[in-house]
Amino acid sequence: MIRIRNLSHQIAGHDILRNVDLDLSKGGLTALVGPNGAGKSTLLSLVARLAATQSGAIEINGLDLKKISHGDLAQLLAILPQVLTSTHRISVQDLVGFGRYPYSHGRLTSKDRQVIEQVLASFELEGIRHRFLDTLSGGQRQRAYTAMAWAQDTEYLLLDEPLNNLDIAASRSLMARLKRLAEQERRTIVIVLHDINYAAGYADHIVAMKAGEIVEAGAPEAIVTEAFLSRVFDTEAQVTHVAGRPLVVV
Amino acid sequence: MPRLWLLTCLGLIIALSVVSIFVGVIALSPLDLFQDPEALQLLAVSRLPRTAAAVLTGCSMAVSGQIMQILVRNKFVEPISAGTGQAAALGILLSVLLFPAAGLAIKMSLAAATALLGTMGFLALVQRLPPTEPLLVPLVGLVYGGILGAVMVFIAYQADLLQYVDVWMLGEFSGVMRGRYELLWIAGIAALVSYLIADQFAILGLGRDMSLSLGLNHRQVMALGLLCVSVVSALTVVTVGMLPFIGLVVPNLISRRLGDNLRVTLPVTALLGGVFVLACDILARVIRHPYEVPVGTVFGVLGTLAFLWLIYARPRHA
Repeated sequence: MIRIRNLSHQIAGHDILRNVDLDLSKGGLTALVGPNGAGKSTLLSLVARLAATQSGAIEINGLDLKKISHGDLAQLLAILPQVLTSTHRISVQDLVGFGRYPYSHGRLTSKDRQVIEQVLASFELEGIRHRFLDTLSGGQRQRAYTAMAWAQDTEYLLLDEPLNNLDIAASRSLMARLKRLAEQERRTIVIVLHDINYAAGYADHIVAMKAGEIVEAGAPEAIVTEAFLSRVFDTEAQVTHVAGRPLVVV
Repeated sequence: MPRLWLLTCLGLIIALSVVSIFVGVIALSPLDLFQDPEALQLLAVSRLPRTAAAVLTGCSMAVSGQIMQILVRNKFVEPISAGTGQAAALGILLSVLLFPAAGLAIKMSLAAATALLGTMGFLALVQRLPPTEPLLVPLVGLVYGGILGAVMVFIAYQADLLQYVDVWMLGEFSGVMRGRYELLWIAGIAALVSYLIADQFAILGLGRDMSLSLGLNHRQVMALGLLCVSVVSALTVVTVGMLPFIGLVVPNLISRRLGDNLRVTLPVTALLGGVFVLACDILARVIRHPYEVPVGTVFGVLGTLAFLWLIYARPRHA
């Protein structure tokens, strides 16, 4: 479990996060939603220790985040940042192999190779395994990077807006794949999403943020309502239901 | 394919080394080696050191160019034109002025230290540039290197040491002799050591956040990279002078053809650097025989053409 207590963060004198308390329990797919500038990416980067915690505390499985070593953290938690390099000429297979770095430090063992093969298969990358990243489409590249983070074999996986620049087919297939894999391998995925319909359609749990605070958290069916959209996103949109899931009419 | 490149480069280095040994002002033929004791002397004092110096310089400059590109995350920079080389020359100038009696080791250390500071200054500068304008980075590098170079020339002019400056600014191997180039082996070792952590440099190339997520000690790898770039630049500037473009052209060429997985490509990059410099040095010796053209000039001309080609040619898509 990830426990966040009284977390505040400032960047250049501006409050980005204010006294955030949040528990992210093990298992399932949690979507972090909210308007631009709500502090979602900052929250994610603090949990992944990409930036130092200024005030407050973060615990992962009962361990103080500050006291976990580089190596241990990389075997416990992986993050896929929002901006991914697209000019690097690395083959898909080598990239997925980098995901094994926390275990093998560059010298792949037979177990690493086995994991890489499995991950290439589960993300349907076998056909393009020898292609360089800079020759891939946006959807393929996102899939390759996600596969790399998956190969890291961590209990927690944080994804910062992975659907950016993806078309509807690539978005739906990535979300469905993540949901299925999270269930199969009992991993915990926290994912920042812009489109509330993807959150409502695929997440087990939604956490909504606004102006650096958590404003709502719960199951999609319970919290995605017209009042919620108005309160969190300042927009009046109609919400209908399809197959038991809420759907925002855009 | 990387293996084919590796073997080809290795073969070329051996072939060119043989040519390099027998090309020069004093005629030397393979037969002489068995008959003439002076020929052996020439080989040991001048030709072999010169050949080794060219290969070592090429290998280590190509590797340090590759590492610099990873540190800055921009494929259009290299240490010699972006301030590291000028800072190293500034350091050696200061050591000549301040500690004229100091030994070569102390002068070298000072040059490496200023090269390190100069490179760190460049990194700090380019971190503020917008990531959407990748060509700003090499431009800022040229301006920054130009300013550092101007400071150095001004100090040298004031101290009446301009003749030294020419030696450092324009790389050439005609002065290389036994006893005067051995420091370059340290540059070669630095390049070799960086190969040991090639995987870490490759991951560093994915960016800070990604390398932290993969458990890389980002700061430590950055520091090692900076150290390698500074030491190699300082040693080559002091020993043979500045050779621009090698660190730029060779890594880019390899990246185009073989990709950026340094575990596989770094040895090829190193060897190709050696091939280029050695070939240019041989060309510099024969183009106006019996006079010599500085190898820096030869590489400057060929390197500029190659750089233009790199900017305008699109990489091949699979």
